[in-house]
Amino acid sequence: MKLIVSLLCGLLFGIGLTVSQMVNPQKVINFLDITGNWDPSLMFVMGGGLLVFALGFFFVINKRIAKKQKPVFAEQFFIPKRKLIDKNLLVGAVFFGAGWGLTGICPGPAMANVLSFEPKIFAFIGMMLMGMFVARATLKVSDAKTSVVDNDSLSSVMTATDSK
Amino acid sequence: MVILMMTEFTPFSALLGGALLGLSSLLFLLLNGRIAGISSIVSGSFKSLSSSPQWRWSFLLGLVLSPLVLTLFDYQTSSSIDITWSMIIVGGFLVGFGSYLGSGCTSGHGICGIGRLSPRSIVSTCLFMVVAIIVVFISKHLL
Repeated sequence: MKLIVSLLCGLLFGIGLTVSQMVNPQKVINFLDITGNWDPSLMFVMGGGLLVFALGFFFVINKRIAKKQKPVFAEQFFIPKRKLIDKNLLVGAVFFGAGWGLTGICPGPAMANVLSFEPKIFAFIGMMLMGMFVARATLKVSDAKTSVVDNDSLSSVMTATDSK
Repeated sequence: MVILMMTEFTPFSALLGGALLGLSSLLFLLLNGRIAGISSIVSGSFKSLSSSPQWRWSFLLGLVLSPLVLTLFDYQTSSSIDITWSMIIVGGFLVGFGSYLGSGCTSGHGICGIGRLSPRSIVSTCLFMVVAIIVVFISKHLL
């Protein structure tokens, strides 16, 4: 059942990306191009997404967590618990923003564009995976250097029981 | 290099599509207890990077197949990629590296994170938006 839910949520997510035209890199770049032919559409994408998710999160999911209830088909809520705004978060956001600005493509639209069989999409995904592996290797090296147990990342998920 | 391609302002389809993104993320968390953060789902779909790749593959399969569903309803989609190869290569790497290091991208931080008022996600999203705007300004108006 979990796998079917995953499949259907993936489908719905992709439909949302396509309907909102997030899958069109030109649309994304024109949104970011505030001094040029600015197309504010993506502000509405984010607004619509945030409205639905935030309402559902605070009125349904938070109440469920408060009552120590589980997700419908799973054993626990995997919600990031980290609070610390650290260097990795900031440096990561700068790199991500630079890549997003250069291409107009972020991970979701890249995947939803696979069936276009556009070679550039495959190249993008290949390079994205390489970037992820290099980032992981970098983090491992820096972890080994400091050799301190990182409590922050160990407690990065919270269960329904330790939330409140 | 100046590429000036207009796109039409489409507030209604943007709002509808955005609402669908929010609904998908909400249902995923409510039913499966997972955050719909695409960069983490992609990186976690490799066994060497996570312990439970199956549901991630399933989600990604849905994401990849989604255009087919829209074709069934005669929904026409067009997206042309006018980005140069060098930008794709560099940009793709930066997106992967940055989202892994920064624990998320437009979906995980931008929707799920801000949606639950996570300070980390709010900071991350503001920062990557500003950087992306600067990069677009440089690449479209200065180069």
